[in-house]
Amino acid sequence: MRVRLTVSNIYKYYNGIPLFENCSYTFDRSGVYVLMGPNGSGKSTFLRMCALLESPDRGKINYFENKRALPKDINLMRRITLLLPEVGVFNTTVFKNVAYGLKIRGFKNNKIKEKVEEVLQFVGLIHKKEQNALTLSTGEKKRMGIARALVLEPEVLFLDEPTASVDWKNTEIIENIIIQLKKRLNSIIIIATHDKESTKRVGDFLLYIREGKIYKEHPDKQIP
Amino acid sequence: MNFILESFNQATNLILNLDRELLQIIFLSLKVSGIALFTATVIGLPLGAFVGLKRFVGRGLLITTLNTFMGLPPVVVGLFLYLMLSRSGPLGFLSLLYTPTAMIIAQTILAFPIVAGLTNSAVVRVAPIIKLASRSLGATSFQTTVTVIKEARYGIMSAVIAALGRVMAEVGAILIVGGNIAGYTRVMTTTIAMETDKGDFELAMALGIVLLLISLIINFFMFLIQKKGVREAPQ
Repeated sequence: MRVRLTVSNIYKYYNGIPLFENCSYTFDRSGVYVLMGPNGSGKSTFLRMCALLESPDRGKINYFENKRALPKDINLMRRITLLLPEVGVFNTTVFKNVAYGLKIRGFKNNKIKEKVEEVLQFVGLIHKKEQNALTLSTGEKKRMGIARALVLEPEVLFLDEPTASVDWKNTEIIENIIIQLKKRLNSIIIIATHDKESTKRVGDFLLYIREGKIYKEHPDKQIP
Repeated sequence: MNFILESFNQATNLILNLDRELLQIIFLSLKVSGIALFTATVIGLPLGAFVGLKRFVGRGLLITTLNTFMGLPPVVVGLFLYLMLSRSGPLGFLSLLYTPTAMIIAQTILAFPIVAGLTNSAVVRVAPIIKLASRSLGATSFQTTVTVIKEARYGIMSAVIAALGRVMAEVGAILIVGGNIAGYTRVMTTTIAMETDKGDFELAMALGIVLLLISLIINFFMFLIQKKGVREAPQ
């Protein structure tokens, strides 16, 4: 069944202050959705709610048809992946970090090796596969995070600030990875970012969070 | 000064000649402390990990209690346990007073809050981001817990070694509940206290040297673990 993500009438409050109020949106086409908005507008929270890592106070999130998506639905959780801004690097080698998702899914070692090496090649980190991931630079950690998500071939991929605190060279590499990813995966990719230039380069659909709701903008629109 | 050197020489001789009484005391000390540490780890590690990972009513109170218990005065534990295990106490029917089992219980009570408290700190340090990363990659709750504990491994190892240091050096509680019976409940620390009282310093000093060596080895391992942890996590 083709993946479709629907956010229906969600409300989210932090210390009584509304972050989302009656917010709805449907992601029903594959491609890159870029979610923009000022600091504190709720971009990361929105991604975490969509990735079922945080619950809205009201409203529902559906994947596929009308069934409400729940975090305990491990089969669904394994079809979507979120790359966190801080990545969440495990204190082990780059290879083992990338292999983690496959290992917990019970893949055989030879299959894991094949898939991990392929994806590390793709993100340009194959030469660092035996290095402890904590010793990578910020940009490399982000690339490793993308590899860790990518190896799982998710149907919906969330990238939270994939180029934040990253030098221009790594930003360029990450953008190219995302552009390649669009061609490679027939998935929905949702990126939360501040980077306006990056938005133009990688995005197919531009979304903007304003006053607790999500609006679709024309890709050429000047974002404040 | 002379008598110190003389005692030291005699103590060295006892160690080099592998004196039977000395070895028996060392063996019992290691046995009591080893079992106590194992039990404290079995109780403290899951408890510390649970407190670090889960949010529940009374969590703050539990953490405060654990932190308080980390500094429990051994004599108070000894007194409490004595009252519980004495013939007229609620657990008197078990006849455990003045047995190695009572000493193990006392040391476990002293050590498990250290394992739990420091495990909690280690888990809390890594939990939020690792938990989120693990969940976002499709891990079940159990797999996430295992991952967090694995990431906190150096902190947890330090916790266990710190607890070992505490049980090895403990004297107050085990003296009260163990009674320092020769060949039965006499361990290194209680023997040192008794022999010093008697003015017989050679055995006390020999045991002191062994205790110091054990402490040195424990601290060396702790240093290695911490060094490895720092090297692997240069952030």
